[in-house]
Amino acid sequence: MKPPAFEYYCPETLDEALGLLAQYGAEAKVLAGGQSLMPMLNMRLSHPGVVIDINRLPDLDRVTVEGTSLRVGALVRHAELEHSALAATHCPILPAAERLVAHLAIRQRGTVVGSVVHADPAAELPLVWLTLGGELEVRSTRGSRTIAPEAFYLGYFMTDLSPDELAVAVRFERPAAGHGWAIEEFARRAGDFALCAAAAVVEWDATRGVVQRVRLGLGGVGGAPVRLDEAVAPLVGAVPEAALVREVAHRVGQYLDPPDDLHASRAFRLHLAEVLSERALRAATRRAQAKEVQGA
Amino acid sequence: MTTRQIRLTVNGQERMVEVEPRWLLADVLRERLGLTGTHLGCEHGVCGACTVLLDGRPVRSCLLLAVQADGHAVTTVEGLAQDGALSPVQEGFRQEHGLQCGFCTPGFLITATYLLEQNPRPTREEIREALSGNLCRCTGYQNIVNAVEWAVRQLAERNVSQP
Repeated sequence: MKPPAFEYYCPETLDEALGLLAQYGAEAKVLAGGQSLMPMLNMRLSHPGVVIDINRLPDLDRVTVEGTSLRVGALVRHAELEHSALAATHCPILPAAERLVAHLAIRQRGTVVGSVVHADPAAELPLVWLTLGGELEVRSTRGSRTIAPEAFYLGYFMTDLSPDELAVAVRFERPAAGHGWAIEEFARRAGDFALCAAAAVVEWDATRGVVQRVRLGLGGVGGAPVRLDEAVAPLVGAVPEAALVREVAHRVGQYLDPPDDLHASRAFRLHLAEVLSERALRAATRRAQAKEVQGA
Repeated sequence: MTTRQIRLTVNGQERMVEVEPRWLLADVLRERLGLTGTHLGCEHGVCGACTVLLDGRPVRSCLLLAVQADGHAVTTVEGLAQDGALSPVQEGFRQEHGLQCGFCTPGFLITATYLLEQNPRPTREEIREALSGNLCRCTGYQNIVNAVEWAVRQLAERNVSQP
């Protein structure tokens, strides 16, 4: 269980890194946190001819507020986002999601962007990114572009990223001040990937006492996380009574096509999706209403 | 196969070693530097037996290439004792029977040491949460948590900042 031989580069500038990616393309793998790539190398599930270690690239390790989004550079570790004061203030669902990611030691090395780009459908960060909305900042020798989460995830571990491209930052759309949020995950053990996870964000219209805006996302239910905009539509402009929330959660299954696999049956996943959707929506709504009471 | 010279500080000592880029930090510590206290259990980051401190933070040495540690500081289990005396965390494992075969123990000691540096008075739940990434097949974990609590009490009594 040792990595196969590869050529190793550790560029010191972004241009150097992009040049290497342009040169080697599909033959190369980018090494950032390594918490997903190294297991694959150790088990020889991956045989890249070239490994490009980006850990010495400058200016990729910051969490900043940029306009309506929270911007997280490619070398920001899970643990850093978990403890980020900016994230706690502007986007508290992110530190909460980070506390569910793997374990202490993994979070010291693994990166936020790495998780977003690795595209494990049961991972927490891709789910939250899709639920909040945002952009992935991507660079190559051909230029730069941004990719929205809706366009990014194409299937199991497959994304719209080209072999010569490097994701340099991910942006999470900041919900309105005073928003409510929740992330509910079911896994067999703490730290496992989710058998099913639900992320919800609720913006509350205090004057009318109704939901102004709601986002619900589900992970672990197929090849990619999904956002249930159609399913939650009845909640917009409505009083979020328990019966309505339960009804919305009950119909979530109509929008899903989860697999039968080693970890869970299709029926169990659909059941989890309904239960976790209801819990997440209720918790997010309660948080939004509580903030209204506190005058947040 | 091109090798590289790397220079890293291990348990406070500067070491220079020639490595292939594909060599894992765990293997270089064990085989090139003779520090066999760091153990390899699963070799894919799950079991925690290989946990060391890199610049003071716990990491899986089976998921780090040795070349990535170039210029950095590594602390292994061999570096926990101070002047030949067991650290409070180590003493706690001895006092509370926190090990049987000892295979997982280095990883637990490193992780617990970091925990108490960050949070000298953790609750039992916080201890369990912090150690949840380390697996033990022998003990059933109760005595491991007890061992860390022993160290917490010891540190509080001594009012010492070095776990």
